[in-house]
Amino acid sequence: MSVAIGQGIRAAEDKPRKILPSRGRADRVYRRLASGAGLFTLLILVLIGLFLVIRALPAFRQMGLAFLTTTQWQPDGVRHQFGIAAILYWTAVIAVIALLIAVPISIAGALFINEYAPRRLRRSLTALVDLLAAIPSVIYGIWGLAFLQPQFVGVSKWITDNLGFVPIFKTNGVNYAGSALIAGVVVSLMVVPICTSVMREVFSQTPPSEKEAALALGASRWGMIRAVVLPFGRGGIIGGAMLGLGRALGETIAVALIISPVTVISPHILQSGANSVAALIALQFGEATQKYGIPALMAAGLSLFVVTLVVNFFASMVVARSRSGKGVEI
Amino acid sequence: MVGAQLEAETPKVASVGGGGADRPIRLRSIHSDDLILLAGAAVASLCLVALLYVGLTAQPTVASFIFWWFIAFVAMYWLAVRRVEGKLVAKDRLWTVLISAGTAALVVPLVLIIGFVIYKGVATLTPHFFVQTAEFCGQLDAATCGGVGHAIVGTVEEVGIAVVIAVPLGVLCAVFLNEIGGPFKRPVRLIVDAMSGVPSIVAGLFIYAVWVVGLNRGFSGFGASLALSILMLPTITRTSEEVLRLVPGGLREGALALGASEWRTVWGVVLPTARSGLITAVILGVARSVGETAPLILTSFGSSVFNASPLSGAQEALPHYVYQYITYNPGTGPYQRAWSAAVVLIALVLGLFTLARVIGARTSIEGRQRRAMKRARARSAAHDAEINLNGVPVG
Repeated sequence: MSVAIGQGIRAAEDKPRKILPSRGRADRVYRRLASGAGLFTLLILVLIGLFLVIRALPAFRQMGLAFLTTTQWQPDGVRHQFGIAAILYWTAVIAVIALLIAVPISIAGALFINEYAPRRLRRSLTALVDLLAAIPSVIYGIWGLAFLQPQFVGVSKWITDNLGFVPIFKTNGVNYAGSALIAGVVVSLMVVPICTSVMREVFSQTPPSEKEAALALGASRWGMIRAVVLPFGRGGIIGGAMLGLGRALGETIAVALIISPVTVISPHILQSGANSVAALIALQFGEATQKYGIPALMAAGLSLFVVTLVVNFFASMVVARSRSGKGVEI
Repeated sequence: MVGAQLEAETPKVASVGGGGADRPIRLRSIHSDDLILLAGAAVASLCLVALLYVGLTAQPTVASFIFWWFIAFVAMYWLAVRRVEGKLVAKDRLWTVLISAGTAALVVPLVLIIGFVIYKGVATLTPHFFVQTAEFCGQLDAATCGGVGHAIVGTVEEVGIAVVIAVPLGVLCAVFLNEIGGPFKRPVRLIVDAMSGVPSIVAGLFIYAVWVVGLNRGFSGFGASLALSILMLPTITRTSEEVLRLVPGGLREGALALGASEWRTVWGVVLPTARSGLITAVILGVARSVGETAPLILTSFGSSVFNASPLSGAQEALPHYVYQYITYNPGTGPYQRAWSAAVVLIALVLGLFTLARVIGARTSIEGRQRRAMKRARARSAAHDAEINLNGVPVG
């Protein structure tokens, strides 16, 4: 690489001289190509947002701001009334249930891999978590449908029989299949891998000297974890949980296979009937008309896109800002 | 009392590995009396639950039996350790048990899922299942009628084209992030992070809006490839970036100092050094996208006939086949065929994943460096031996 040195280096001035590399044509093409690829990724994201907005415009024109507050979903009905309120509500309910189950399991798994497992086991457990992430969501879905649901109906019945005085556990006592709880449990299995791998990365950044200081002061292993590892990894726990939230909100096929779709807001998570934006799109797409149905689904997709983007941005920010998250890629 | 407790809860520290400069200390805290306590609590709680739960419940099930056994075990073990070793140790042991149980909750579903799918689907998996189509098979036909040949062809074509689109783009993007940088580096990395969180159904909607309806191309395998490549891109970019970062800077500087252009350095030194890691990144990206179903509903739509052309007409793919036929009533032919297709899909994903691990492990940069160092050490040892023998260094 030839380097043209800036003219006249004066001894008095204590500035680094400016280096102006003159690159050959091949280098210029290479740089432009690679930068182009980087910018193209940026462009794709912008285009996704743009096209969803354009395609969703007829829906917003039809419903206006009522799109956010209407609960029913009948874009191809007589009055073309539809809104995202109930669907977003159920999406959030399923995601929250999934996180309530997935986060403790992920923390335990991450701590076990980092602090308890012997080195050999550690490697295979990490591979196992990666494998869990690679299992297709349709496989989780059919397993949830055929294996977990029949088992879980008994659990739902037991909970409602014994804890029915809590409003969310109340049911009509008829049908427990296709509930938000079962969908949430299946989704939790799918977000555990991403949560675990983020938390494991963050926990592994804990300075060994601080851990050993705790042990030297007489802490037991759990004492060390509570005093050093968990406070150090707090950013990672929050960030990993939010990243899992992003995944849980966008989960499609497993939820679509399990839920019995409803468009009513109710607190009964054990009872048959739930919904989610992604599942709605997958289930309604086949019979949606180009005039109302498709724009309505585009509007639903746009809202899901915006929500997941915001959640993911926050997650990356939380992880990157925390002391433990420096240098951790999520 | 205080002294005794301190002694009891001080972890037994294994000797620090010889010469290991910054190795964390390994704790070894399992002793024979711990094991006796553990086994005692397990047996005692088993007996208790067997007596009380099975005796008092009308219809005991295996799952709830294990649940109550675990609760009783945790309580008993905690009480026993508290009695023998004191409060602090009991707390430590309690959390050890809970954390191990959480890890089991992570591992057990994987075994259950793979085992259950194989159990359900493998019986009707015949050789012709891999080559025939679903064209002449209705709801009333037997489970062994037809096959997923058309879906396998569709999956291979769709994922193949997606790889051709996403891999060059992803690797170039990683090269940009790691080798070039500049003012756009941070926003691009942020966007790649954000893209990895884009729900797959949204990618499908986007391609539907742009390609299927926008450019009026209709449903086709190529649309599915476009959607899959959007989903694959962030995985490949981030994994390759991580691999490129592992390439020692000395190699780059050596190439540049020898007069290579930047382009030659990346093409001739950086990328070949990271080759195995890049292959792993690609295979992982493929393994993820092989099972994507949601975008296919909106782009390739699915079909029961053989369609080898990815550019025109609806095309079937394995995950979509499973999704479509699992909704039939249990016991019917299509329902059973969905399970067999699920076995094929899971085998495909497991195979790809194992391949990625094998390639990644055999030729990882870390392993290669370790082996190179071993060779160098052996060489210098041989050299020393030769000096000792001859009295003068050779070569």
